[in-house]
Amino acid sequence: MTRISLYLISILTLFFTACQKETQVEKANREKILLVGNGGDPKSLDLHLVTGVIESKVIGSLFEGLVGDDPQSDTEMPPAAAVSWEHNSDYTEWVFKLREGAKWSDGEPVTAHDFVFSYNRMLHPELAAPYVEMLYFIKNAEAYNKGKITDFAEVGVKAEDDYTLRIQLKEPVPYLPGVTRHYTWFPVPKHIVLQHGKISDRFTEWTDVGNIVGNGAFVLESWKMNDHVAVKKNPHYWDVDNVQLNGVRFFPTENTYTETRAFLAGQLHMTYQLPPDLVPKMEKEYPKFLRKDPYVGSRFVRVNVTRPALNDPRVRMALSLALDRKSLCDTVLQGFAPADTLSPDLGEYQPESVVGYDLEKARALLAEAGYPNGKGFPRYSILIGSGGTRSTSEAIQAMWKKNLNILFDIQAMDYGSYISAQQKLDFDVTLAGWIGDYLDPTTFLLMWTEGNGNNNTGWHSDTFEKLLDDAAHSADPAERLKFFVQAEKLLMEEQPIIPFAWQAKTYLIQPKVKNWHPLLLDNHPWSAVELNSEKEAP
Amino acid sequence: MIGKLINRLLQGIVVLFVLYTLTFFLIRALPYGPFQTEKAIPAHVIEKLKAQLGLDQPLHVQYMRPLKNILLEGDLGVSTRLEGRPVNEIMSQAFPISIHLGLMSMILAILIGLPAGVISAYKKNSMVDYLLMATAMIGLCLPSFVIGPILAEYLGRSKQMFPVMGWDVRQVSTWVLPVFTLSLGYAAYLARLTRSGVLDVLSQDFVRTARAKGVSTVKILVKHCLRGGLIPSAAYIGPAFAGIISGSLVIEAVFQVPGLGRHFIKAIETNDANVIFGIVLLYGGLVTLGNIASDFLIAWLNPRSRAQS
Repeated sequence: MTRISLYLISILTLFFTACQKETQVEKANREKILLVGNGGDPKSLDLHLVTGVIESKVIGSLFEGLVGDDPQSDTEMPPAAAVSWEHNSDYTEWVFKLREGAKWSDGEPVTAHDFVFSYNRMLHPELAAPYVEMLYFIKNAEAYNKGKITDFAEVGVKAEDDYTLRIQLKEPVPYLPGVTRHYTWFPVPKHIVLQHGKISDRFTEWTDVGNIVGNGAFVLESWKMNDHVAVKKNPHYWDVDNVQLNGVRFFPTENTYTETRAFLAGQLHMTYQLPPDLVPKMEKEYPKFLRKDPYVGSRFVRVNVTRPALNDPRVRMALSLALDRKSLCDTVLQGFAPADTLSPDLGEYQPESVVGYDLEKARALLAEAGYPNGKGFPRYSILIGSGGTRSTSEAIQAMWKKNLNILFDIQAMDYGSYISAQQKLDFDVTLAGWIGDYLDPTTFLLMWTEGNGNNNTGWHSDTFEKLLDDAAHSADPAERLKFFVQAEKLLMEEQPIIPFAWQAKTYLIQPKVKNWHPLLLDNHPWSAVELNSEKEAP
Repeated sequence: MIGKLINRLLQGIVVLFVLYTLTFFLIRALPYGPFQTEKAIPAHVIEKLKAQLGLDQPLHVQYMRPLKNILLEGDLGVSTRLEGRPVNEIMSQAFPISIHLGLMSMILAILIGLPAGVISAYKKNSMVDYLLMATAMIGLCLPSFVIGPILAEYLGRSKQMFPVMGWDVRQVSTWVLPVFTLSLGYAAYLARLTRSGVLDVLSQDFVRTARAKGVSTVKILVKHCLRGGLIPSAAYIGPAFAGIISGSLVIEAVFQVPGLGRHFIKAIETNDANVIFGIVLLYGGLVTLGNIASDFLIAWLNPRSRAQS
């Protein structure tokens, strides 16, 4: 018996010594390391090969573009790799003066040649960069990328000297500084990339731990797949004295419930996303952690306008007017805002509201189109991808049934098939969304043109495209926006997409994380984030 | 014995070959390709990508290439989803973690399941038996995606005893919740198998003889019953071990363990053919080996099956 109890005691001791005394967040507060739930593991850190938001967070810590992000405002354009910039009168030519003395994390200088090299690599046909269209603003960029011209000297990017970068555009882009904040416009270190392969080599080791060199506030420390990516302060960063954190750890928190639990157990400073069904609980129990920030994303019903009945704009408008967006956002889409246009808040751009909740009009339109009280309406289904959209689709299904007496089925597919069905126009209506890359209406409107790979509705309009074209050639920023307002109004009157919500970023964050403000693009400069390491008053 | 082993191994190779062929065609049957992203990739870029990866070549070339590379060079190629990361590297990072998690869970399952089964059989139809078997039934019925979050909520979040997320080889506390959760179902099944196996042996004549000769209960159980009583469990442990390693997907998701399972799911979702091949062949090999090991374990435990073969 004594032996058994001894055995038990030793096991119990082991058990309790294994328990944690200080939480990981407390330890990280001391060490000034930020523990971030990042929603998944990056696919790669080669900024020319990736397209995702998850990657952008890590890349944003390792690299810096011409123009920086401000911790408090999306529209502020602080200097970063460039110290100043100017444009010609019609916004088609920009000259960026680079920061002299700025260095890569290996101590080599960052020059205009690195930028030219970077854009050359991204546009190189053999590299096959998936996000390459982000650089098509540049004169001749598309032609070079598609192999129509082979001399990069014809592309509108020149290094006039080590610190002067001249960019010629194919059309006026008054919002170019904002675009250059996107990681596709960041520089890569020419000397390092070429050390590991040719300019067009896709799969090289230049981004591996130990090889990768960046110009951002942090450098890559370690990356264990599906476990974490750790970055630490870059001693060669030009503004290193103002970098508050010693490092950031990104965790691939795919499971939002696990992530929330980890946050509450003291393993994370902030989460990537709070599951909508946990919002009410958090509002009640942990209001001091909960944040709901507006975000440049829209959720909408995408309609296949090549289907009978759905090809009638009156039907689409009826479906749109029958959606009670407010109750949708209050119940299933916790934290999201009811949308009456496609584009969410983009600063100066103010689209006209066309749609709303109007049952009388909806029913009248439906009757006018030949389906009084839903009679004779074909049996269609709402396509959804696996994941969190089921409850939204059920709510929409119920609204259409109740308000218009039209029954839609719900068809769920795995993610790949769901995307594929949309691209092949093999669906009736589907729930989809779009997240803006920068704060300009083009990021939401250009995709609805004929043949665009992201349109997937079968809808196009010559008038709409003419308006976009007029806007593209307008050198007057105010006039330009007016064209977009008209274009979006037309799109909304036609309703090939039925917007219902503007996204919000709903997440948990420790109050000790300072200088973290709501930002529409959610591009928080890691260099500005602070951690308050003082013990909190009990 | 050696001849039989070689024979079984050869059969295993045939199985793996068939597995490769099936997987190859199943991947081709997926309705989406490897470059299907929410934000559409321009068509001319996709063409280039396909050419780079040889996906524009005739089917038989595509079929033979990975096979050749695997057999001749042991090279599984690169992942398309992870932008050119070698599959060998992905597997060598993730597989040890899966093995670690699986092995610990299996050991724990055996440590819980076998004694519980033996005690239950010995105390047949007593309160102890009912209690143990009822617990085992619950363990079997509750899937790990229910037990895992409950344990994590209580022991991890509320009591702050163990981390609820992540895996660190050097930190025992990170193992506790995933290992325990994963082992429960297996322990429960083992307990039931062992109980019935031991009960079977306990009713045999030689046990009665031993009792009549005055052999102590413990000795009867350990020396006479256990060997025969373990046969059903032994038949189960081999394949179960392979299953526990490949079947920890749920646990990996619940506790964010960076094992192979997460790569597997992602690879299928994104038509990442080389990663799928690598993992399918690895799991296939494990199941084959587990079955062979099980057969040999049974042969050792049970003289009758040796005589039969």
